[in-house]
Amino acid sequence: MANILELVNISKSFDNELILDELNLEIRENTFMTLLGPSGCGKTTTLRIIGGFTRQDSGQVLFQGKDITELPPNKRQFNTVFQKYALFPHMNVGENIAYGLKISGKSKSYIDSKIEYALKLVNMDGYRNRAVSALSGGQQQRIAIARAIVNEPKVLLLDEPLGALDLKLRQELQYELIRLKNELGITFIYVTHDQEEALTMSDTVVVMNQGYIQQMGSPENIYNEPENAFVATFIGDSNIIDSLMLRDRLVQICGTAFPCVDEGFGINRPVDVVIRPEDVILDEPGRGQLDGVVTHLVFQGVHYEMEVMAGGFEWLVQSTQIQPVGKEVSLRVDPENIQIMSKPASEDEEAMVIDA
Amino acid sequence: MKKLGKKLYIGLIFLFLYLPILTLVIMSFNNSERTTGIWRGFTLRWFREVFNSQQIMEAAANTLLIALASAVIATAVGVVAAVGILALSRRQRILILQMTNIPMVNAEIVTAISLMLAFAMFGISLGLGTVLFSHICFCLPYVILNVLPKLRQTGSVAYEAARDLGAGSVKAFFSVVLPDIMPGVTTGFLMSFTMSVDDFVITFFTRGAGVNTLSTLIYSQQKIGIRSSLCALSTLIFMLVLIILLVRLFLSGRSANNKQIKGGIGG
Ligand SMILES: Nc1ncnc2c1ncn2[C@@H]1O[C@H](COP(=O)(O)OP(=O)(O)OP(=O)(O)O)[C@@H](O)[C@H]1O
Ligand SMILES: [Mg+2]
Repeated sequence: MANILELVNISKSFDNELILDELNLEIRENTFMTLLGPSGCGKTTTLRIIGGFTRQDSGQVLFQGKDITELPPNKRQFNTVFQKYALFPHMNVGENIAYGLKISGKSKSYIDSKIEYALKLVNMDGYRNRAVSALSGGQQQRIAIARAIVNEPKVLLLDEPLGALDLKLRQELQYELIRLKNELGITFIYVTHDQEEALTMSDTVVVMNQGYIQQMGSPENIYNEPENAFVATFIGDSNIIDSLMLRDRLVQICGTAFPCVDEGFGINRPVDVVIRPEDVILDEPGRGQLDGVVTHLVFQGVHYEMEVMAGGFEWLVQSTQIQPVGKEVSLRVDPENIQIMSKPASEDEEAMVIDA
Repeated sequence: MKKLGKKLYIGLIFLFLYLPILTLVIMSFNNSERTTGIWRGFTLRWFREVFNSQQIMEAAANTLLIALASAVIATAVGVVAAVGILALSRRQRILILQMTNIPMVNAEIVTAISLMLAFAMFGISLGLGTVLFSHICFCLPYVILNVLPKLRQTGSVAYEAARDLGAGSVKAFFSVVLPDIMPGVTTGFLMSFTMSVDDFVITFFTRGAGVNTLSTLIYSQQKIGIRSSLCALSTLIFMLVLIILLVRLFLSGRSANNKQIKGGIGG
């Protein structure tokens, strides 16, 4: 598959503060790509540069191999779904959807059929003559999506489109977006700071922090093999432990040697270890690899979340089995669930990775 | 007792406010050559006289022409200025806003004399044109002040959405932004219009010989003595301003109502 979009060495500052620093990103045709990162990390800025609303200080935006830096937003074959819906309040639902089609000079019958088609697509049949102000937030966002897709953009840009909605509606629309993406066969670039949303919806997740790309990969890849401590903490809860790589396939965690599956980190090298809380198995004292005491217990619906003090580290553990506070337990971790990450080489690099 | 005192107090205030105008209106129907204060019967003579006087009609035409032209031009320029101001950085915006506000708080007489001097310095002979220019000057800040909050509220979001859907910048402004800020624009326009009709000081200093608006005409006539026809004329001007005020009230009431309905259903 070819790259439909490419960002090449994009830098952008606001008020002398560097927001994006030499960002490079390749976006394949027909993928659902998500930009994920904490608030203020430059996601919206990246999206606005792609859409043509913000001009980068340096670098290029390539669309199908051609530099489109000089093209204004109305000349780019992208459409955007904005965070705050941005529907036109003095137009009704149908007029909102027709806006782009009228500008491109489509015939009345074409526009009519497109409006009906789009309303059906977003499950809003029969709302054509409603006033925009008479719609709920979720309905407004559906109309905003319909208004964007009737123009048949090559790329659909979505900036936290579900951010203002409640959980149930958000999940409902998440599935609808995935369905839309599959039906329309266009490229989606989706911005969110919600890691669950990113993992559910995307083909490719790009984790950003402070204007740098931390890791890019499939949701499974990002979740199971975080490349650094930032990604590991940002994507779900995890135990990140200062450890020592004794040799290939053996790592010393909290003073105890644990077999693992990673190789090539050298001998006696300091590393970071990531262990997901659901991968820590609790057993009777003495039966596991490391003994400890339960210090906290919270019921979280699907499972219990516990903290276990063991080897001088407070381990986060999730299990469906309850272990009361004060109980002595033993921890065990399967080798393939231990994820080794190299320590950042320099302090500078550490700042760019860890600072949140 | 307390309630009675309250009513009396409000009544007194209204008396002070409206008694002079009421006197004026009554006098304009009084069948007496001079405004003596003695009622000599009802007549419409003075209104007829007003409409038959070529001098008054000319001044009225000037007043309306200047008010309309200055309101239209000030509104157009003001809207464009507001758009520009919003695009500035915060610091620049505050600076520019303070600068455009100075003419508003400046004593009118100072503005009038400085305008007159400026025209003289650049060798522009005083006439209708200079009056028009001056009126645009003092109306402009009011338009900006009325449009800017609306514009800020609308924000750049709708504009960007229109651009995103393929509209050029001009098309996006007229089809999406302008309808949204229209209440602010009409208020700015009507305010400019009334202020231009009302103005005396600035018109007086920038009008040149022979050019009269209603206010300068009344001023020059009262030197001879207040004739009842002047009362009739003033009554007419008062009515005009009152009508504009009511229109403004009606418009703002309607937009407030609209908001309520929208909020009620949407939220
Ligand atoms: N127009 C602007 N002027 C000045 N600073 C800006 C501007 N736009 C963005 N910034 C700054 O750039 C940084 C990144 O902003 P951006 O909106 O891209 O973040 P984001 O990742 O989208 O965050 P969020 O999740 O909160 O939306 C922020 O520190 C923000 O203050
Ligand atoms: Mg954002």
